[in-house]
Amino acid sequence: MNSLFEIEIEEPISEHKISNLNTSLKSWSIEIVENQKTVMVQKIKDTIVEMIFTEDKLPLTTSAYLADKLGRNYAFIANLFSSVTYTTIESFIQLQKIERAKQLLVTNNFTISEIGWKLNYSSTPHFSHNFKKTTGLTPTAFLRIVNAKRKQEETLQ
Amino acid sequence: MLDGPLRIVFADDEENDRLLFLDALKELKIETKVYTVNDGVELIDYLTQEQQNLPHLLFLDINMPRKNGHECLKEIKANDKWKDITIAIFSTSMSENDIEETLINGANVYINKPNSFDKLKEVVHRVVTTVYTYQNMFFNKAHFMLRL
Repeated sequence: MNSLFEIEIEEPISEHKISNLNTSLKSWSIEIVENQKTVMVQKIKDTIVEMIFTEDKLPLTTSAYLADKLGRNYAFIANLFSSVTYTTIESFIQLQKIERAKQLLVTNNFTISEIGWKLNYSSTPHFSHNFKKTTGLTPTAFLRIVNAKRKQEETLQ
Repeated sequence: MLDGPLRIVFADDEENDRLLFLDALKELKIETKVYTVNDGVELIDYLTQEQQNLPHLLFLDINMPRKNGHECLKEIKANDKWKDITIAIFSTSMSENDIEETLINGANVYINKPNSFDKLKEVVHRVVTTVYTYQNMFFNKAHFMLRL
């Protein structure tokens, strides 16, 4: 499990108390994440994943969606994200979109053009091009390899 | 998030290649801890010793004496304790068949050996950054494939 919860403490709290609290919580496998930036970045990542993996079709403007969900302007979100993760928010979104595309591809329930449409690519070639740019493989080659891997694992068992 | 540095092992019998690899990592912002081995036998020995601190990412040259990259790949993937290590293969073969077979055998990344230092740096940075990003990401590891 990897969930994040927020607690607000109304009065100032000493370092000593925080350290005691941390020790007691550890036995429950709960960790205090103090760094505000890290917390916010985790929220950004969670929101991106939610947007890409739970919406049936991706919102047309992901930047407006994220700004709205996170209650901050997009430039702030994007700057914070790259300062903590060593990657840009755009490439993180791109990576997640391709992960979603892979997930949809292996279900065999959707055609390549349907998947491209769901993920807001303007055309099937545009989708295939981006898939190849991120993975080095075409969607068809990816699917062929995944199926062959599955088959091989089945015969090994 | 990843606790501590990203642990990397680089396996190649050419000393020059090992030095170039270490140089290529230098400008990377991501904190890494690198260990190099000279061939497949040394690699398997190292993994056996380091059960508690296995690498997150392993760069493997296909052409190595004693035990080559393909043999290592198969051995690592057949071992339950090791099979989660992300494996990047360096090869000179551009054949689509070789590439697909290597990925089917469980490699995550297939790299055509770069012929310049700048290209090597670019490739190594891309792989390390991707693996680092994936460490804390929602994704299916069986789907992680990258051809460079």
